[in-house]
Amino acid sequence: MTAITANTTLPEVQKQSRWKQVWKNMRRSPAGMIGLFVLCAHLIIAVLAPYIAPHDWTLQNGYIMLQAPSTEYWFGTDNMGRDLFSRTLMGGREAIMVTLLGTLLAIVWGGLAGITLGFVGGKVDEWLMRIVDALLAIPWLLFLLLIIALTGQQSWTLILTLGFFYGIAVIRVVRGATLEYVPRDFVVAAKTRGESRLTIVVKELLPNVLDALLVEAAMRWAWMLLAFSSLSFLGFGVVPPTPDWGLMIADTRGMISIAPWAVMFPALALSTLIISINLTADSFAKAIGLDRAKAPV
Amino acid sequence: MFKLILQRLGLAVFTLFTVCVLVFGVTEALPGDVCTAYLGRDAQGTRLENCRQARNLDQPALQRFADWGKGVLQGDLGTSLKRDKPINDLVATRMRNTAVLGLGAALIGIPLAIFLGVLAALRRDRTPDMVISGSSIFAMTIPEFVTATVLIYVFAIQLQWFPAVTTVRHNAPLEQLIPNIILPMITLALVMMAHILRMIRSAMIDVMAGDFVQMARLKGVPYWRIVFLHALPSAMLPAINIIALTIAWLLGGVVIIEQVFNYPGIGTLMIRAIYDRDLPLVQAIALILAAVYVACNLLADLSSLALNPRLRSAR
Amino acid sequence: MTSKMILEVKDFSLGYTAANNQLVSVLRNVSLQIKKGEAIGLVGESGCGKSTLALAMMAFLRSGSQVQSGEIRYHGDNLFEKSEKKLAKLRGGMIGLIPQNAGQSLTPTMKIRAQLFEALQLHSDVPRNQWQQRAIELLKQVRLPAPEAMLDRYPHQLSGGQQQRVAIAMALAGSPDLLVLDEPTTGLDVTTQAHILELLGNLRAELGMTMVFVSHDLGAVARISDRIAVMYAGEIIELGSCADVLRTPAHPYTRGLLGSIPRLDQTGLPPSLPGYPPKVGSVKQGCAFAPRCKHAKEHCVSANAPVIARDSHQVRCHLADELPDTGSNVTVLKPVPRTTDEALLDIQKLQISYHKPGLWEQLRGTEPPVATVDDIDLLLKRGETLALVGESGSGKSTIMRSISGIQPPRQGKIKLLNESLNEPVEKRDSQLKRRVQMIFQNPDASLNPRHTVAEILQQPLKLYYGLDVQACRQRAAELLNLVRLAPHYLDRMPGQLSGGEKQRVAIARCFAGDPELILCDEVTSALDVSVQAAVLKLLKELQQDKGVTYLFIAHDLAVVKAIADQVAVLYQGRLCQVGPVDEVFNGYHHPYTQALLNAVLEPDPDHVPQLSGDDASEQHPPAQGCAYQRRCPMATRMCAEWTPPWQEDGHNHIRCHYTLRELERGDEEAQLIRFANA
Repeated sequence: MTAITANTTLPEVQKQSRWKQVWKNMRRSPAGMIGLFVLCAHLIIAVLAPYIAPHDWTLQNGYIMLQAPSTEYWFGTDNMGRDLFSRTLMGGREAIMVTLLGTLLAIVWGGLAGITLGFVGGKVDEWLMRIVDALLAIPWLLFLLLIIALTGQQSWTLILTLGFFYGIAVIRVVRGATLEYVPRDFVVAAKTRGESRLTIVVKELLPNVLDALLVEAAMRWAWMLLAFSSLSFLGFGVVPPTPDWGLMIADTRGMISIAPWAVMFPALALSTLIISINLTADSFAKAIGLDRAKAPV
Repeated sequence: MFKLILQRLGLAVFTLFTVCVLVFGVTEALPGDVCTAYLGRDAQGTRLENCRQARNLDQPALQRFADWGKGVLQGDLGTSLKRDKPINDLVATRMRNTAVLGLGAALIGIPLAIFLGVLAALRRDRTPDMVISGSSIFAMTIPEFVTATVLIYVFAIQLQWFPAVTTVRHNAPLEQLIPNIILPMITLALVMMAHILRMIRSAMIDVMAGDFVQMARLKGVPYWRIVFLHALPSAMLPAINIIALTIAWLLGGVVIIEQVFNYPGIGTLMIRAIYDRDLPLVQAIALILAAVYVACNLLADLSSLALNPRLRSAR
Repeated sequence: MTSKMILEVKDFSLGYTAANNQLVSVLRNVSLQIKKGEAIGLVGESGCGKSTLALAMMAFLRSGSQVQSGEIRYHGDNLFEKSEKKLAKLRGGMIGLIPQNAGQSLTPTMKIRAQLFEALQLHSDVPRNQWQQRAIELLKQVRLPAPEAMLDRYPHQLSGGQQQRVAIAMALAGSPDLLVLDEPTTGLDVTTQAHILELLGNLRAELGMTMVFVSHDLGAVARISDRIAVMYAGEIIELGSCADVLRTPAHPYTRGLLGSIPRLDQTGLPPSLPGYPPKVGSVKQGCAFAPRCKHAKEHCVSANAPVIARDSHQVRCHLADELPDTGSNVTVLKPVPRTTDEALLDIQKLQISYHKPGLWEQLRGTEPPVATVDDIDLLLKRGETLALVGESGSGKSTIMRSISGIQPPRQGKIKLLNESLNEPVEKRDSQLKRRVQMIFQNPDASLNPRHTVAEILQQPLKLYYGLDVQACRQRAAELLNLVRLAPHYLDRMPGQLSGGEKQRVAIARCFAGDPELILCDEVTSALDVSVQAAVLKLLKELQQDKGVTYLFIAHDLAVVKAIADQVAVLYQGRLCQVGPVDEVFNGYHHPYTQALLNAVLEPDPDHVPQLSGDDASEQHPPAQGCAYQRRCPMATRMCAEWTPPWQEDGHNHIRCHYTLRELERGDEEAQLIRFANA
């Protein structure tokens, strides 16, 4: 027996192989790769926007209102004579930051609550899920608007409320995924071995639920961006004069017949961002062997 | 079975009650009250006093909640602050308008979505699936206000087939409303279809890979008979509940779409109520929308009961 | 000659496209001729391609599969050249299929009536107005009670045996001349299995159908087949009459396989085949069995084996003519028992119930439903193996869950030496937890798919001994060595291991805590026969080395005979009989023990199981009297009212109202005696 223990210093192999395999699978889907590319481009632009914007994005100029795209103003100008190219570059920063933080919050709290509920089960789970269902029944947009109307449009209010509301949906998904694993023998084995609940949740359940959670995060992000831009569109999101795509579309859509570009460019930017997240999430889900379309809203 | 239906009904009532508590609770918990929120900077002196008196704000919150709840149970949603009119009158016609819009979109969208979803599943990873799934991602992810704006630009401004925005009043008769309804309905139906067809597609793919479908093929059952008789009912089951959830989430979308088209529905009213900080009206609308959601869910539960013999025989 | 041939498989090869776009062969150069009216058995272990071949006989290929060469002719026509429409007419019509898992193969949303009518509509000339009548006839033909009521049921409302019968009725609706049976009795209880096989035998005699019977169970195949084809890694390696193959097997694999099956009339462990079956498509050249074959020579590995025929007995082996005719004589390993007199596990008056009274019931004080498990007394000595035997629903797993502390008992005592195991596992102290360990039925489910073997083994080591990572790795390698696995397995994921290897890892994990009592829940039933013997041997050897005690659950009586010292027979959560293996199996029997023993299938053409009682499955134990009263052929009124007394013959304890002598004489006589007495 002891003779064999001598050569235990074998190289640690294949630990990363799963993620390598996932990446290999992802590379096979052209839609996913395009999505990932566009997404990265968006993120880089959002970070670098203040440095690459050719004009001041808040400077109003009455002489150049609603100009068509030209070599000076690549995307034209808006109804206040501001450079649309610079504004489009800048328009995603606030949205991306708020929604990323919101998603993080939603995933952390929803994920933890979901795994715990799924693992604990029984009466506690049953009743708390009823409350979760009731919370889902509240029209989210109305609730957000109400809170924002009463507390004002600060970024952190948005992050907290968005994170809270989207976390509720995450609970459902993660609990569902957890319930699939709780009756499995490896969890029963851990229980009979006498592992603590925390160990079971973190060591046994989390690695298995992680797939669902990652896909869920990507999906929540896209949805949250959609919600955030809708809020901006209604005038409850970003405070002017900070540029934001939703707000830009709302401001200029009345003039769409005379200046379609003023609507087109922010709309394009917003749509490509959300689509790219979705394409990436889709191909990622497929690559790790989860069908994303199955996940509830 | 009967017990199960009762149980679902009970759950619906419980949900509605929770929503009531939450909506009422949030307005209580946040700083200020109905009157200070409404009056804003003018919230002082006699105007505030008058307003508070008219609203019984000197009474404890529980008492007011009970009064409000009693009113709701009797079908009285209270009075609007801004308009000083019974909320019931304000809401009734707008509810009708929104219902026409939503039902219209559902009637076109759901059957079409099921059909397209099944088609995509059966032709998985081939051209029809690529086209259907691909466009569904677009329809699903592009914000409603962008879709709506594009539709307006193409069909109202360039082609001039439909009016760009609704100009009739909220209480106009239906036939005047119809031409205004088409573009918003298409927008809503597009988003709805995208979600539902994705659910149906993935559920159908799962079921078609199942043992009993393979067995049906080995029993020599013709293909289309397998698809519609053997597979679709089972595929609908997981999809139904998710569809209900989706529809509920899309209620938010309805608000945006109505806003873009200036359509005189409950959504536009809600936005206006929030702009005006007319909290009693907001509460009432929140309750109505929650009721719609609960009704959708109940409908989904009942239809899965109808479709799933396992659920029915479980006591 | 060809006129009598109903199905002809000619040099048939079939492959599927693997993930790396390479064509992998599942079936290689299979040739088989099936004559009208005969029953042929296809046997082999998982992954040998037997089901694939059976489905190919209906021209059904799984998606991604394609025919590489050869053809399958049905009445002289190549099946793979027929149009989809003609095939649809054939399938379910002239060629019927009885699937493995009827429960999942019946459409869950359609009533039995609708599904039977559909079969009649598509594949028979019966006019619409006679469908009802014909459907009832069919259900009667498969011996289903109350056929009219059955028509209005949904599949999930039937028991496993009933579902299987409905599936048979559905196949009969098209009056097939060829019936393909794909593991039709796998997953059913032994008595149900015996009944279904009996039914199939009768149907064959009545209707004269040709049958292709696919199974991994040589015992089941022996009951039905005229000829047997043994498959290994996509090839037919031996083909001959049932008697020839089972009595004088020629291929080393067949010999090894037959030898590794435990039998009731042997004591001790059967010898095991070394190694594991190859992964699908991994063998491209040479004899697939060569790596496991003790006779293998150089040319076995390099060249494909030829088919050597002696009369009607064909063997695909290079050495077929050189091997000695050993027949199926096997040398049985008889480990010396090392039992002591120290009582390790003591269970007294154990009662377990899954029912949790709700608040309402507590207030009203309503009578709780009958307990799932009741009145269990067991005593297990250190170093001994006790097997719990019974069909599904007999409460064996429940008792095990109770001992492991996941389902605490409602009443009674469980003691490990002096310490109580009544507490749920969270409340037990760390040492006690360590001393009781469990091995699960299915290693696929009991190993976390996201952990490496090292991580899996390290968990108990960390938990019980608080070892650091390096020490864990050392110890984990030792544990692997204990279960005869090389240390390079440490960095594998469970998904990269075969079933037998996974179960070895699970065993290693269980031994990590140096336990005293090990609960083995059907540990070999998910494994192939040739692997099962090796795992049983490993368990026995570990027991001798470490002096551990096993509580063993099994449904296969022959496995129990091979490994256990003591047996407890359970029915519906109540003990029927307890005693040493030899005395229980060879001495006096409780009627239920008798029924189980009668239903055992042996890979022997002359062995005929006897049916006693019926195979109706029960949902709840009766509130009073003997648990077995509803199925017992000898039951009297007394059995329904009084709990039977324990009777003893040496160490053999039987719980029955009949005296031991009456039991020995059997049912009819006993009933006469009762009648006379009354």
